[in-house]
Amino acid sequence: MADFFNNQIQGTLDWLGFSLSPAWYDWIGPLTAALIACALLLNVVAVGALAFIWLERKVSGRIQDRLGPTRVGGKFGWLQTLADGMKLITKEDLTPAAADHFLFKLAPYVSFAASFSGYLALPFAVGWVGQELNISVFFIIAIVGLEVFGVILAGYASGSKWSLFGGMREAAQVVSYEVPMGLCVLVPVVICGTMNLTAIGEMQRGLFTNWLVFHDPFSFCVFWVYFTCATASVNRAPFDLAEAESELVAGFHTEYSGLRWSFFFMAEYGSMFLVSALAAILFFGGWNGPIPVFGPEALNWVYSQSDLVTGAFRITGYIANLAGCTNLILKACVGVTVMMWVRWTLPRLRIDQVMATCLKYCVPLGAVCFVGVVVWQLADLPSPNDLAPPVHRGAVRENWVLKAATPPGLVPPKVDAPDAAPKAEVTQASVLSGRDL
Amino acid sequence: MILQAAINWQSFYFLLFAFVACGFALAVVFSNNIVHMAFFLTLSLGAIAGLFFLAGAEFVGAMQFMIYVGGTLVLLIFGVMLTAQSKFVSMKTAAGEWVLGAILGGALFVLLIRAGFAVPEWNTPRSDAASLVAADAQHATAIGGAVTGYRVDRLSEENPVLRNGMSGYLLPFEIVSIHLLVVLIGASYLARTKKRVKVAV
Repeated sequence: MADFFNNQIQGTLDWLGFSLSPAWYDWIGPLTAALIACALLLNVVAVGALAFIWLERKVSGRIQDRLGPTRVGGKFGWLQTLADGMKLITKEDLTPAAADHFLFKLAPYVSFAASFSGYLALPFAVGWVGQELNISVFFIIAIVGLEVFGVILAGYASGSKWSLFGGMREAAQVVSYEVPMGLCVLVPVVICGTMNLTAIGEMQRGLFTNWLVFHDPFSFCVFWVYFTCATASVNRAPFDLAEAESELVAGFHTEYSGLRWSFFFMAEYGSMFLVSALAAILFFGGWNGPIPVFGPEALNWVYSQSDLVTGAFRITGYIANLAGCTNLILKACVGVTVMMWVRWTLPRLRIDQVMATCLKYCVPLGAVCFVGVVVWQLADLPSPNDLAPPVHRGAVRENWVLKAATPPGLVPPKVDAPDAAPKAEVTQASVLSGRDL
Repeated sequence: MILQAAINWQSFYFLLFAFVACGFALAVVFSNNIVHMAFFLTLSLGAIAGLFFLAGAEFVGAMQFMIYVGGTLVLLIFGVMLTAQSKFVSMKTAAGEWVLGAILGGALFVLLIRAGFAVPEWNTPRSDAASLVAADAQHATAIGGAVTGYRVDRLSEENPVLRNGMSGYLLPFEIVSIHLLVVLIGASYLARTKKRVKVAV
């Protein structure tokens, strides 16, 4: 993309008859590409929050046998969030006298920045990712855990006991739930042999039987454990102990009003979408639909490996990617909707019950499922994918071992049989890491 | 020409992250409020994670986020907040402590500078990408590779046994992490409430 902009600039300059050294303008290309990617990701969070707040009102209304918003913006009240936003902007930005002013003002931005940074490594389709990281799963898990930092700071800096209690609870909860969540995320990583989300998503190409949630009974169980932990780690009911409006007024954001308060909510909805999209990629095939319409079996519109290397543009490949992106967003929205459904159905847990759920149930379940998946994989036991017609089978059970090219300058760990080592086998990982944007 | 030198992205981001890391590290030293210190430390450690990513050592960068920025700081804040005797903790540093700290820190700084400039390959922004093996290191720099597990500057070593021994700094990184954990546990032990309250049965 950066090269595209630079070529455009060069073409324009040539057409105008100027001859300028590329050194004068070749920084514009990367900068423009980065800004476009940044703006797109920011819109995922902002527009996502706009839509999800409306959806939350409607879902909660329906569950409680009400209609929800009906007037603002027509029949379905779909401009309600915008009206809420206007109201929030006009509110006074208060700072309590007892607060630590510096941290109090900064805390919402810390939360939001942590939530937003996770999107950096989240692929929306093959090659449609802010920055291709080889360890994107690990990166996202690490970043999701950082959001708690803003909440702790808010709780501490407000100078209010309710806020402090909320912040402490949130810290205890998030730190504990990171353990089972990490265990659950390990399962797809073990099956696929990579931490690259793009590669994990691509390996689930084919019929829906190839999705990792259907890989074996243990991975099916582990998805539910993951979803429970994800709900807890983004601080949603029934795990929203940090807010607990029946006990702590409003928990960590008791003292916040107006725009700063709304930043916490943007962060929360951003994280919800992030962990749901992560679940979709890790367990539900990511951008691959249940039936491979654009795959090599049917239309064959998707970009092939050689296309990815050269970065060639095809309109059919673009359409396939767009459909994949829609697929992923739809799956993530289903996840977010389920979180709302759970929130308005189950009562809030007590703090000891939250901890017991994590330590007594989620951790052992995650550990047992992890061992089960490893055994299943080692024993090469069958999965539903083996029943699918061979042409629709994806690549999970095939040999997707990530071997890098072995150049002559460097000796690989096993040096005894040079003829046994495959000669410069270009793999998914090296192919993907070669592209930017 | 001047512009080209100014917009060398590698150097630009290196300087940006380096200034953020050093600036907030100084802010940690000169701040009195202990929670402000913890917050500045987060930003400093986060910028160091940025440096790891810039060097192509992505795993170590994410590890930096997970362990240092996430784990230890939450632990630190926990310890500080739960053991604070007054409402907002502030620390006063005596002159002798300043001198001692300056000598210790300065000595370590000189040592690290010497070590950092000892390997010429680390001063070049990009290594020869074709000579790298690991799949995640196609775009790693020499020092990034060294942090994740292989040293480009030692690849010419003839003896394969010796070559295995020069396999980078992942182990030292982990040892430092454990060391930091021990220090934190010790700090919260020192900062604990000294007074024992008799529990009424």
